[in-house]
Amino acid sequence: MKYLCLVYLEEKTLNAFPSHERRAISDEAMSYCEKLQKAGQLLAAAPLHPVETATTVRVREGKTSTTDGPFAETKEQLGGFLMIDVPDLNDAIRIAAQFPAARFGSVEVRPMKELGCAD
Amino acid sequence: MSDDTAQEARDKVDEVYRAESRQVLATLIRLLGNFDAAEEALQEAFAIAMEQWPRDGIPANPRAWLVSTGRFKAIDGMRRRARYDASLNELATHIETTTSDPLEQTNEPIEDDRLRLIFTCCHPALSSEAQISMTLREVCNLTTEEIARAFLTKPATIAQRIVRAKAKIRDARIPYEVPPPLELPERVEAVLRVVYLVFNEGYSASFGPSLTRADLSSEAIRLGRLLLQLLLDAEVMGLLALMLLHESRRQARTSASGDLVLLEQQDRSLWNRDLIREGITLVKQALASKRIGPYTLQAAIAAVHAEARSAGETDWAQIVALYDLLLRTEPSPIIELNRAVAVAMRDGPAKGLELVDALLKRGELAQYHLAYAARADFCRRLGRNADARASYERALALVKQEPEQRFLEKRLAELGQGTVSP
Repeated sequence: MKYLCLVYLEEKTLNAFPSHERRAISDEAMSYCEKLQKAGQLLAAAPLHPVETATTVRVREGKTSTTDGPFAETKEQLGGFLMIDVPDLNDAIRIAAQFPAARFGSVEVRPMKELGCAD
Repeated sequence: MSDDTAQEARDKVDEVYRAESRQVLATLIRLLGNFDAAEEALQEAFAIAMEQWPRDGIPANPRAWLVSTGRFKAIDGMRRRARYDASLNELATHIETTTSDPLEQTNEPIEDDRLRLIFTCCHPALSSEAQISMTLREVCNLTTEEIARAFLTKPATIAQRIVRAKAKIRDARIPYEVPPPLELPERVEAVLRVVYLVFNEGYSASFGPSLTRADLSSEAIRLGRLLLQLLLDAEVMGLLALMLLHESRRQARTSASGDLVLLEQQDRSLWNRDLIREGITLVKQALASKRIGPYTLQAAIAAVHAEARSAGETDWAQIVALYDLLLRTEPSPIIELNRAVAVAMRDGPAKGLELVDALLKRGELAQYHLAYAARADFCRRLGRNADARASYERALALVKQEPEQRFLEKRLAELGQGTVSP
């Protein structure tokens, strides 16, 4: 069975830690992920850029609407995910817009960090 | 070099800065892949020009010289800082090998860079406020203080908005590109929306003591002209025409005391004929295109007003017909309200009142002061003074801008004088 574990946190809580502690948390997370990967239990994991970098994509009546921020309707629930690797945000928006759920729900596009979460 | 020629060279640096600093910046952003690095490189390049041009003379191609110098300085700076951050060395080499020095290349697509900059600043993944601030800062070269003053907010707020927008461009990797043809219409629409918002903020400030903030409007018109130069598109033409035709009435739409003067009462001899001529030429060109959009239709309506020698001679039937077309391309209650006003002029206030009442019943305009102001005016013209008074009062309760408020108060007072007390 595959599981998706979603990590929620308040960005300001994380930012309140002094930088050496943030670094320690990041190192701990990375070595934990390495351990899970060696055990064959981890498929993919990554920290995300802050929520200000989010973009929401919806398609209504054939027209793509792109908005700043994570503006899921309160009635909407997380229904799945796609992890994609493309050159830039415009490509990510194109892919998000063609996913069927974009026509009745919304797809939040969040850039993943390439390094640890403390940077 | 004599003092005179040295002064001449310094003047030339100033002149090039005013005329071309945004183009140099736009190209440096493409070459360096980063707004902040490009801005730093731009400042360095101009500082070096200030030092070298008076001494060595003005280069044959000042813009290419500035881009070349900025690019070189940026690469050099990265190499020097690589002592502390090894990744900078890699980045410097990457920039050096993947981009070319514009002094060695004569056909650099400079104009494309300015379009790239506009499309990046107006990217729909940025908030509307961020798009406006970025465009005014990066494309128009207004300072954060100037932008803050224009929007009656604190410079720190604008500065923060710009910092966040740049962080999003960098971290979410918003590409520095002109969108492909398939996506162009939608993206142009987003750019035009920003330009029109800037214009409107300058033309009819949405709050505060002054009716117009002319600087913003002229920036928007300048942007419109630049866009049209870069992108031959009917709606760009339409929007520029619309702005020019509105702008032509600026002198006439406020009285000496700063009060609002309605279109029908304006002294048409104050209208700027040059702007009208230019606007009408553009409308005609835009109307001849295959794709007639909402800006072109609004400009056509403004052109019909501009062509009438007096309010009484306005071709209201044509205006109503244009509103009908506009509603088909862009259904909106505000356009319906404007259409109702035109219908009232064509068929009389009773017909207008009927339409406005139906509109108000639907609720979308319940908080919009001009809907009540229009209703009040129809009632006044029908002699229904009590109804008119009630609607003026509703409008007054909703209005946020002082000259509009004074206008409504004046109308309300006139109504009081005209009635016979029981």
